[in-house]
Amino acid sequence: MSVRHAMLALLSEGSSYGLHLREEFEARTGDVWPLNVGQVYTTLQRLERDGLVASEGDEDGPGAQKMFRITQDGARELDTWLRTPPDLSSPPRDELVMKVLIALRVPGASVSEVIQAHRRYLVELMQQWTRIKEDADPADLSLGLAVDAELFRLDAVVRWLDAADARIKRVTADAAPADTPAAATTPAPPHTSVIESLPRMPLTTNRKVRTRR
Amino acid sequence: MRNHPPLVELRAVSKTYGQGHAEVHALHDVSLVADTGEMVAVMGPSGSGKSTLLTIAGTLEDPTSGQVLIGGQSLASMPRSAKARLRRQTIGYVFQDFNLLPGLTAAENVSLPLELDGMSARKARVAALRALDGLGLENRAGHFPDQLSGGERQRVAIARATVGQRKLVLADEPSGALDSVNGEAVMRLLHSACKNNAMTAIVVTHDAQLASWADRIIFIRDGRITDQTIPAVGPESLLTVEPEK
Ligand SMILES: Nc1ncnc2c1ncn2[C@@H]1O[C@H](COP(=O)(O)OP(=O)(O)OP(=O)(O)O)[C@@H](O)[C@H]1O
Ligand SMILES: [Mg+2]
Repeated sequence: MSVRHAMLALLSEGSSYGLHLREEFEARTGDVWPLNVGQVYTTLQRLERDGLVASEGDEDGPGAQKMFRITQDGARELDTWLRTPPDLSSPPRDELVMKVLIALRVPGASVSEVIQAHRRYLVELMQQWTRIKEDADPADLSLGLAVDAELFRLDAVVRWLDAADARIKRVTADAAPADTPAAATTPAPPHTSVIESLPRMPLTTNRKVRTRR
Repeated sequence: MRNHPPLVELRAVSKTYGQGHAEVHALHDVSLVADTGEMVAVMGPSGSGKSTLLTIAGTLEDPTSGQVLIGGQSLASMPRSAKARLRRQTIGYVFQDFNLLPGLTAAENVSLPLELDGMSARKARVAALRALDGLGLENRAGHFPDQLSGGERQRVAIARATVGQRKLVLADEPSGALDSVNGEAVMRLLHSACKNNAMTAIVVTHDAQLASWADRIIFIRDGRITDQTIPAVGPESLLTVEPEK
């Protein structure tokens, strides 16, 4: 979310002074979205230049004393933005997928331990979000919804890890030599690598791997 | 340096089912401590030994080797009658198939364990209704199990397990048939009972969102505890604002 659309959203509720917008913005998003409050006045200036908001009052002031209102173009822009799906085509967990795929190929790496390290980290994060939800005022909808979104996102990653773990375990079990019936009931010692028994798989994702940032 | 024993302690517990070819090592050398007021979640793949761990911690089954202590007392040295009392008064169970008694209403299912314990029928009913109320079932108290939805039956089972100041609640997938809002209500209730009534809970779940209500999460795999979460310093760290560039 941009400061730009946050301003349009606040102004859609009625005209407001720059200073008040800044305070509102801080109060509503400070907890949940990491947006820069310092950008409020410059953003308002640009919105005015683009004809999406209009102002009156102290012409040359910093914006704090000006009264802003949303224009028709601004309202249209806000509506379009609300309906435009964000870009989800590049999942944020690329790096995690890559690490698990690489772990499959690194001799001596225990994939299940690699997976568990990530699983634990994610679940610990989820515990922290859940504590925030537990302590939150149930009437604070924006906090509750934002925390839920975060929890569902992390949960999806954990489920991917669980599925990967199970898939790898099945493939390794199938690949285990048939003359060791004990292998079916006796779990491998925790530090044994599963790599040896895995067919070498080409790292087909190489092309798609992006270095983020 | 504790000044009181943990409420539940498993010491090097192993459990083997069957013999010879049919032998299954369901648990290997599992040690686990749950303190008073603590809520512990157990996560792990299907068949990893979660239910086995719970039935052994709940004294419903004996370990093949190792020790189980409840309130510092070893179960092995406990007379049968004392064990039975423990199961009736101290421990509440929510099973994977939450067996309610079909001939009793929801309220009667919840109040029965209290009455068995010697509470008057009137008092037990009041407590039962309060527990049902807390789980959004105030309008279902007079329904029989076959008149309830799967998720409602599950919540009745949870009310029954938590009613009457139980010290230890053991729950196996307590939110299996519940949608996320009701699942959350169950976990919220269990966690607040741990904090406010000094209850201890061990909850088995495969759902990370539900597990995240616990104070500590234990990961089990092939009958062994492989890892556990480390409590966070404070959740506030997540809410510090990093300005975007
Ligand atoms: N009474 C029994 N006799 C023989 N084997 C058993 C018995 N109970 C459980 N097992 C076996 O012990 C292992 C652990 O079972 P358990 O029920 O504890 O798994 P779980 O982690 O609860 O799985 P799920 O998530 O599917 O409920 C499984 O391989 C199971 O087949
Ligand atoms: Mg089970």
